Amino acid sequence: MIDLVLEVASWISIVAGLFFMLVGTIGVLRLPDVYTRLHAAGMTDTMGAGFLILGMMLQTIEGILHGQDTWWFVLVRLVLIYLFILFTSPIATHALARAGLAGGVEPWTAPTDGDA
Amino acid sequence: MFVAAAAGILVSMSLALLRALLGPTVYDRVLAVNTFGTKTVLLIASLGFLTGRPEFLDLALVYALINFIGTIAVLKFFEFGDLGLTRRVHREAE
Repeated sequence: MIDLVLEVASWISIVAGLFFMLVGTIGVLRLPDVYTRLHAAGMTDTMGAGFLILGMMLQTIEGILHGQDTWWFVLVRLVLIYLFILFTSPIATHALARAGLAGGVEPWTAPTDGDA
Repeated sequence: MFVAAAAGILVSMSLALLRALLGPTVYDRVLAVNTFGTKTVLLIASLGFLTGRPEFLDLALVYALINFIGTIAVLKFFEFGDLGLTRRVHREAE
């Protein structure tokens, strides 16, 4: 019973993670300038990576319940990877936006009627 | 299941690579390479589960560290034109 719950929950998490990752990447491709693309990339890092790692953690817990005694270290490493992404992704985003502004990239604004 | 995860991650990696090739400014390219690196971490992790060797997570952790340091270094270079040495020399000269 607990096996089935863990399996289904990890499937749902991995599919959700893939969904957010693909949507974020399509956003990086289609949005108009670097600041809006940063928004899409940030969603990839938090939601996409978060759900994928959650799915892997559920799989690891299932493995531990099946007698893989040494897999607790896998769990620890998954938590470390997620914490690291959680801290570095906003820092990289902030540094990119700051470097873009310092480098003279103008933020995109919607074209108004007067301009068009 | 992890085959699907790895395939999906590979698809989004190729899309990120497309932005790195298209990107009009250098910041678009750095952004694309940064997201590419995050996806590489996840790809290595899911490949570890796929082959039944979760020890691959060590590689993923190291790759995450290198990715962050590389992004910050490249951004610093493009923001200031150097990695900090010439500014320090200027300040000492003043």
